Amino acid sequence: MSDHTVKAFDKDLSDLGSKIAEMGGIAEKMLTDSIDALLRLDVDLARATVACDPRLDALEREVEERAVLILARRQPMGIDLREIVAAMRIASDLERVGDLAKNIGKRTINLGPETRLPRATVGLRHMGQLAALQLKDVLDAYAQRDLERAKSVWMRDAEIDALEDSVFRDLLTFMMEDPRNITSCTHLLFCSKNVERVGDHATNIAETVHYIVTGSNLPVDRPKG
Amino acid sequence: MTSPIKLDVRHLSFYYGGTKAALKDINLSLATNEVTAFIGPSGCGKSTLLRVFNRMFDLYPNQRAEGEVLLDGQNVLSTDQDVNLLRSRIGMVFQKPTPFPMTIYENIAFGIRLYEKLSKSDMDERVEQALRGAALWDEVKDKLTASGLSLSGGQQQRLCIARTVAIKPEVILFDEPCSALDPISTAKVEELIDDLSDRYTIAIVTHNMQQAARVSDKTAFMYLGELIEFDDTSKIFTSPAQQRTQDYITGRFG
Repeated sequence: MSDHTVKAFDKDLSDLGSKIAEMGGIAEKMLTDSIDALLRLDVDLARATVACDPRLDALEREVEERAVLILARRQPMGIDLREIVAAMRIASDLERVGDLAKNIGKRTINLGPETRLPRATVGLRHMGQLAALQLKDVLDAYAQRDLERAKSVWMRDAEIDALEDSVFRDLLTFMMEDPRNITSCTHLLFCSKNVERVGDHATNIAETVHYIVTGSNLPVDRPKG
Repeated sequence: MTSPIKLDVRHLSFYYGGTKAALKDINLSLATNEVTAFIGPSGCGKSTLLRVFNRMFDLYPNQRAEGEVLLDGQNVLSTDQDVNLLRSRIGMVFQKPTPFPMTIYENIAFGIRLYEKLSKSDMDERVEQALRGAALWDEVKDKLTASGLSLSGGQQQRLCIARTVAIKPEVILFDEPCSALDPISTAKVEELIDDLSDRYTIAIVTHNMQQAARVSDKTAFMYLGELIEFDDTSKIFTSPAQQRTQDYITGRFG
């Protein structure tokens, strides 16, 4: 697309884009680290993950402040308006992804290195990988304004949902076998829920990419597993 | 919700003389009691189009229009159209306020007298009605005998709107009505346009895209004498279909 007559407007928009890219990088790393930490019961890594969150929060605020300034200063229209609305939405989704990863980190610290992890963590690992892939794909789709890629992320979320169901059943069985497992399994249940929520945020971002590119919204109902 | 068509423009081309068309095969329709905004860079033909609607161009020899402009189905471009009658049905407000050098009262009454014979009390009532309709009454009711030129720019513009409304037109054309006004006067005129749109079919030419976005139901984007895109205002300013519209509204032109 050609440049704006007012060059500073182009810079405003590209700055906003770089902030989102930085947020995406942090959120991706927090997610994979938090799951690695959980499955290895690596408390140090979990602490490091939790420590990343304030940076993400600060970036979200910056995106929001800059976006509001652009709205006030430039009265953007058309594609520019959609870009800015999208940046605000995506920043908020990524900030939530960070919160969810942080929560997994905190639970890992709570569980401590001595906990006996049930077999269900295999499913949880798989969920984590899928969610990380979804997040990576959707961020690439955003960076390239790639409608097809965004759509495929949007379609794939059902897989994570299905996996969450099976992890849930496994953990339930494990708790019924021995009540002493209830504490750790409850933490794991929340972690699995968190990962599933990350998938939802990835689909939100996919919807936002669709909005940027086409100006219209995807249907309210997406395919269920 | 689609309103019936008030003004239907069909295959309209316009020439300021010579063979170079200032408007090229324009097709669009203004719906009854809707506000239609015309945007586009200078020289794109939007003001020209407005001047065709009430045949302002007739004042100049050599200028000619081809095609049809149907007002309630009747072609206003036909040679047997009474132009004075047409201009009473299609009123116009210009860029710069153009009050007559007479009293505020006479500015309004003058036009009415051309079309109707009214008693003093009926005329008083019509003048008040028109000034109220243009949201000016409260500001001028105690000085109706003062000169129209003594008013501020924003007030003068609303006086011109009152003058237009007074002869009960069906369509009102606004040609950049706010470009010489400060933001507060602009807001008052926009509020007025919103209010008038309940009763009149309105066309507005504006260079201020935010204004078009604020006041209109439909927006037409014109470029080099062509109608590039015509759609709901909400669509034009958030996701226009044409690249040229996109470039223009986002400030990426040329």
